[in-house]
Amino acid sequence: MNSFLAWIEARIPMMRVANMHAIQYPAPRNMNFWYVFGFLATIVLVNQIITGIWLTMNFVPTAEGAFASVEYIMREIDYGWIIRYMHSTGASAFFIVVYMHMFRGMIYGSYQKPRELLWVFGMFIYLALMAEAFMGYVLPWGQMSYWGAQVIVSLFSAIPVIGPDLVIWLQGDYVISGATLNRFFALHVIALPLVIVILVFLHIIALHEVGSNNPDGVAIKHKKGSLSETEKTPYKIHEYYTDKYDIADDVVPFFPHIVLKDLVAFCIFLLGFCYVMFFAPEMGGKFLEHPNFEIANPLKTPEHIFPVWYFTPFYAILKAVPDKLFGVLAMFGAIAALFAMPWIDRGTVKSWRYRCGLHKVNLLVFAAVFVFLGYLGGTPQEPWKIIASQIATIMYFGFFVALFLYSRNENTKPVPARIPR
Amino acid sequence: MRKLILLAAMCFSSITLAASGNFPLDEAPIDLSDKASLQRGAQTFMNYCAGCHSMQYQRYSRTFDDLKIPEELGQEYLQFTGDKPTDYMKRAMPAESAGTWFGAAPPDLTLVARVRGADWLYTYLRTFYVDENRPFGVNNKVFPEVGMPHALQPLQGTPLETYEEVMIDGEMVKQYSGIRSAGDGALSADEYDQAVADLVNFLEYTGEPFRPQSESIGKWVLVFIIVLFVFVFLLKKEYWREVH
Amino acid sequence: MSDVSVDAKTSAPGPNGPKDNTRRRFLTVATSVVGGVGVAGAAIPFIASWNPSAKAKAAGADVEVDISAIEPGQLIRVMWRSKPVWIVRRTEQTLAELGQHEDKLKDPGSEAEQQPAFAQNQYRSLNKEYLILVGICTHLGCSPQYLKNGAFNEIVQGVPNGFFCPCHGSKFDMAGRVFESVPAPLNLVVPPYQFVNDTTVIIGSVAQEA
Repeated sequence: MNSFLAWIEARIPMMRVANMHAIQYPAPRNMNFWYVFGFLATIVLVNQIITGIWLTMNFVPTAEGAFASVEYIMREIDYGWIIRYMHSTGASAFFIVVYMHMFRGMIYGSYQKPRELLWVFGMFIYLALMAEAFMGYVLPWGQMSYWGAQVIVSLFSAIPVIGPDLVIWLQGDYVISGATLNRFFALHVIALPLVIVILVFLHIIALHEVGSNNPDGVAIKHKKGSLSETEKTPYKIHEYYTDKYDIADDVVPFFPHIVLKDLVAFCIFLLGFCYVMFFAPEMGGKFLEHPNFEIANPLKTPEHIFPVWYFTPFYAILKAVPDKLFGVLAMFGAIAALFAMPWIDRGTVKSWRYRCGLHKVNLLVFAAVFVFLGYLGGTPQEPWKIIASQIATIMYFGFFVALFLYSRNENTKPVPARIPR
Repeated sequence: MRKLILLAAMCFSSITLAASGNFPLDEAPIDLSDKASLQRGAQTFMNYCAGCHSMQYQRYSRTFDDLKIPEELGQEYLQFTGDKPTDYMKRAMPAESAGTWFGAAPPDLTLVARVRGADWLYTYLRTFYVDENRPFGVNNKVFPEVGMPHALQPLQGTPLETYEEVMIDGEMVKQYSGIRSAGDGALSADEYDQAVADLVNFLEYTGEPFRPQSESIGKWVLVFIIVLFVFVFLLKKEYWREVH
Repeated sequence: MSDVSVDAKTSAPGPNGPKDNTRRRFLTVATSVVGGVGVAGAAIPFIASWNPSAKAKAAGADVEVDISAIEPGQLIRVMWRSKPVWIVRRTEQTLAELGQHEDKLKDPGSEAEQQPAFAQNQYRSLNKEYLILVGICTHLGCSPQYLKNGAFNEIVQGVPNGFFCPCHGSKFDMAGRVFESVPAPLNLVVPPYQFVNDTTVIIGSVAQEA
């Protein structure tokens, strides 16, 4: 057996990679619950891929057959409803964990030097995920699928000169039609998942190159020769890291320590996930919207039309701007600003634990504004909400402006050299 | 022909206005474990709704199985179209003629409870009232300008709006106080409410026929996850004990 | 478990200490087992979803066939579970011929379970006048041809009627029994069926013992 493994190892470095990126990967020992969401996102990605493959086995990607085939999966396939609800609940769960993961990055400065590219890859994953989720939502061909697609695709008509033609090209028809459904299906089941998997791979490679950040923002890799033997970690860490650096006694190996921590979080996550899946798969119309149980009807718009909850903050920004083109620009600008985080923040201290009070307030207000925008974008229009969403939009962008300004000469607390015991 | 176009136009406008009212909804007494209620609801559906509305995603055989109706009885009392119990519950009327009669084809009702909600259906079916200005002579409180006739009128009887005099700011004002039957229906007011409750219960069932199964599996899944959590948590503590 | 934890306390491992104390080993195994059960449980819906759906089952339900109009010697085909089922009304002469070539057959006594118990006889049928077979060759799934009125003589000398598979030349007699030295290994399958009355047969289920 051992010689067989050695035979394989000599030809493809399986154990070496496993040791380097998992078993002997040095992870800061102070990583708290905020650090489980990357693991959870990976789990949800796997869930989406597997359940997605199974749904594809019976889904019919045509305007005539799509809606009925989803009901067929739910009613006529043994346990088809479990697979469908795993997928639909997984879509929302994906965004929950991704938003938590992103906010973690923001409060602990995980986007700062040297992790700029790590953050940018993450943002590309988020962008691909939004496209993936949007196209997936079109597939059941219910009323919200149809009109949601109508609204989102129409955003492109705001582009000067080429806009209207671009919309027709995207749709493959003069309206959202079976042709649109079919191409969205192709993109949803193969193109975008492939892109996401590749980006996740790059995200992890980039993470392991620069190393994991932690709630104190303290480096765990030190210059070779700068630590005494007693200061070095007693754990077996892969040569890839120890050859270049001294690894402080601030780390635990990813396996089993971090994996077990992640598994604890996974159980808690799974409890909530399964509760929703088995007892409230519609989540009060948030995960599966009520009008989407009615087949798409191009002649009749549902009375209230919102995107699914995870898009609503950006949708609120779109609606807040009274001009079509500037509304679209504001919406995309809101995402672009997140991309630019590593350069907007000019500070050198990572964790909010050691940054100024204003920074903490700014971050919390930003999170609250984001949630509030989500509420505004996901509930029926009322007069007061127009002005509220305009104020919230200004506050959203204000976060970045303020960060850019105060981070230059910020009053920070001293960051310890080692993770505090 | 002109009349038909007019009718179609009215139905259209009614669709766009659908559910726009802020009429307070009554809570539907849903109990998916009450097989007798579901059976009565199925019978009401087949007798009063299935002529115009289909249930194209639901099979007779599944309805019989889930509602514990023997197949022979089900075929005799519930199945008026289709020759096999494994057929889908399609409507008797072809869609084209339905479109001609009502201006729009009556919607499929398999999933109506998931679209509208049980409370809306329960209130809707109990708030038709006589309105001579409407093509079918009835209007509805939660679905103003409704394009559907009051199919359950033989059960409820002619539904009339009632008003009561209320004192508001020192003035006597006539205020809507409910719907009352003219008494020419087959059922009393309470019996009619019960019949509608059964019907809505049945519609709730067809929207998600696997709901009871989902909840019984779900309970065990949650128990299992808690057990798994205990083991994972203890193992995690075991490994982290040496770190802290 | 309490005595296990007592044991663990006495040998609490340092980072480089022994990693295989009893408590740790017990918890690792227990967690793995419970986790394995979870994975197996989660696999159930995915495996079960490959079963025939309600739609497939509805399409594969029992088929009722009126056999009153079949003439002697005639073969009719009906669809059962998307497969061709033959119903042949055999003449007295055909039935008599069944006993004359049994030396040329692989399994003249229908020993292999290719038929319901009621059809393990020379005629391979419930009512010997009617031969009911799944019309699919046991070799590679082609549907054999029915050669009658002496046409089968060219295939097997001295046997006037039978079934010949055009794909790989397998030969079957008028009871669906396979001849020697052909690729098909087994007799043709007799589906479950029952007679409701003299002129109606249900294919797909056998009569319940009263």
